[in-house]
Amino acid sequence: MGDGPPSLWEWFGRNWDTGRADSIRTLLTDHVTMSLVPVVLALVVALPLGLACARWRWLYQPTSGLMNVVYALPSLPVFMLMISVTGLSQTTVIVPLAFYGVAVLIPAVVDGLDSVPDHVRQSAVAMGFTPLRRLLAVELPIAAPVVLAGLRVVAVSSISLVSVGALIGQGGLGGLFTRAYQNPFMPPVIVGIVLVVALALVADGLLVLAQRLLTPWVRARKEAAS
Amino acid sequence: MITFDAVTKRYPDGTVAVDDLSFEAPTGEITVLVGPSGCGKTTSLRMINRMIDASEGRILLDGVPVQGIDPPTLRRGIGYVIQQAGLFPHRKIVDNIATVPYLLGWDRKKARTRAMELLERVGLDPALAGRYPFQLSGGQQQRVGVARALAADPPVLLMDEPFSAVDPIVRTSLQDELLRLQSELNKTIVFVTHDIDEAIKLGDQVAVLRVGGRLAQLADPKTLLAEPADDFVREFLGHDRGIRRLQFVSTEGLRLRTDLTVPEGSEGGSPEPWLLVVDGDGRPVGWRAAARPGELEPYGTFVRGRDSMRAALDAALLSPSGCSVAVDEQGKVVGVATREALDEALAEAVHG
Repeated sequence: MGDGPPSLWEWFGRNWDTGRADSIRTLLTDHVTMSLVPVVLALVVALPLGLACARWRWLYQPTSGLMNVVYALPSLPVFMLMISVTGLSQTTVIVPLAFYGVAVLIPAVVDGLDSVPDHVRQSAVAMGFTPLRRLLAVELPIAAPVVLAGLRVVAVSSISLVSVGALIGQGGLGGLFTRAYQNPFMPPVIVGIVLVVALALVADGLLVLAQRLLTPWVRARKEAAS
Repeated sequence: MITFDAVTKRYPDGTVAVDDLSFEAPTGEITVLVGPSGCGKTTSLRMINRMIDASEGRILLDGVPVQGIDPPTLRRGIGYVIQQAGLFPHRKIVDNIATVPYLLGWDRKKARTRAMELLERVGLDPALAGRYPFQLSGGQQQRVGVARALAADPPVLLMDEPFSAVDPIVRTSLQDELLRLQSELNKTIVFVTHDIDEAIKLGDQVAVLRVGGRLAQLADPKTLLAEPADDFVREFLGHDRGIRRLQFVSTEGLRLRTDLTVPEGSEGGSPEPWLLVVDGDGRPVGWRAAARPGELEPYGTFVRGRDSMRAALDAALLSPSGCSVAVDEQGKVVGVATREALDEALAEAVHG
């Protein structure tokens, strides 16, 4: 150990698990929670809304218009606004991120259902599917690839956006960036960027894997087309 | 039996798709609904399984009004085949075929065993069972569509232009396959098409519909060609009605000559201008003209009893000899139909 500033690796080792709230490990766990809970919430909310928009077309325009407005709101003021409702908790970050996710997923669900060919839907009706069973066994599985593509966008952008929460004290790994304001010391910034990107890649990779397992027929279609 | 009893379909905007339609589709027979687009043929078909509900009149399935049956239950008892097959892209072929058995609550193993049986029945390789629909050709997909419709062994089959999206060669083989299946299964089939040739080939009876959903004529194909009810039907049938009628005239009674064949390699004079050379197995080789004994000319054949007079005449036109060669199912020559014999048979067909 010299007298100068610690190296990147040294700094990482020393701060990984200090047992304090600002140890890298805790920040990482917080980051995962605050970015993935909104993704799950967004999916749960967007599915029924998307189904409703696909079923009653007149709903789609106003809903997607509203959702675009939500998506356009800058995250920082929204977080600040949320503080008055939920205080300085993780919820303050989770709720707005869930809204952003819904904004992306509603069109994905609608587009996914639109991708069900009419002759497939017709034949499902003619075979004697009840509407609910047709939705669950035919329409949603066929819509799945489009919905999963939307989910990938939501997961990655959510992981990236959590960092902004650091400005209200709830940013997971984003906390490493705000420190650099007070003290021009680079290792935390680099570690933060690397971990956020790695987290995004892992999440995306898992979703791609899920897509392969859930929709093996998509590959069959691609092979048949080539 | 399916009975249409004064059925009308009127849409809220006032358009009438089907107008006071009454006919019967007899049990175990193929009834073809044919007509130009806008004649209400698909609408009529879809009213049978209640994908569309009739505005007036009744549709009866063996005497029971379909309007009183819960649609999903009704549909599980009626096979349905549509133009692009409508297979589920996310399910393997075997599970596509087993769709209705699954809906009926059969256990998975039984449903799949049944699906495999049907796969073979419609002439597909069992190895296709584990593939997805995208990996099959259009013709194969359509066969899977037929297998799926038959899976729960419904007494009634509805087919909505099932073969119009495939190329003509595949279409012909699918039509032949349907006729072969029907000879084994005896389903009550209602088949919709805009192609009059397909209607005549497949139908035990053909219902010609005109625009606006009115029945123009209901008859068996032979009667339809011989006695079209009016100008609309006559025009719809097209120009070569006379020739097409011949496909309903049997070659059973056609007079054949057996003294015009000679074995391969034999020579020598004959008073006949044309002789048919046959090989050691009795199969035709070619026509030899008395004037040019060194050359063989092409020949045309028909299977006696199975092929129609249309095929016999066609075979005669293919050969410079003007005669047509009758063969048995194995392709062996059973005789030669000369122009005189064909003439007699044609004269009889026109009068009889």
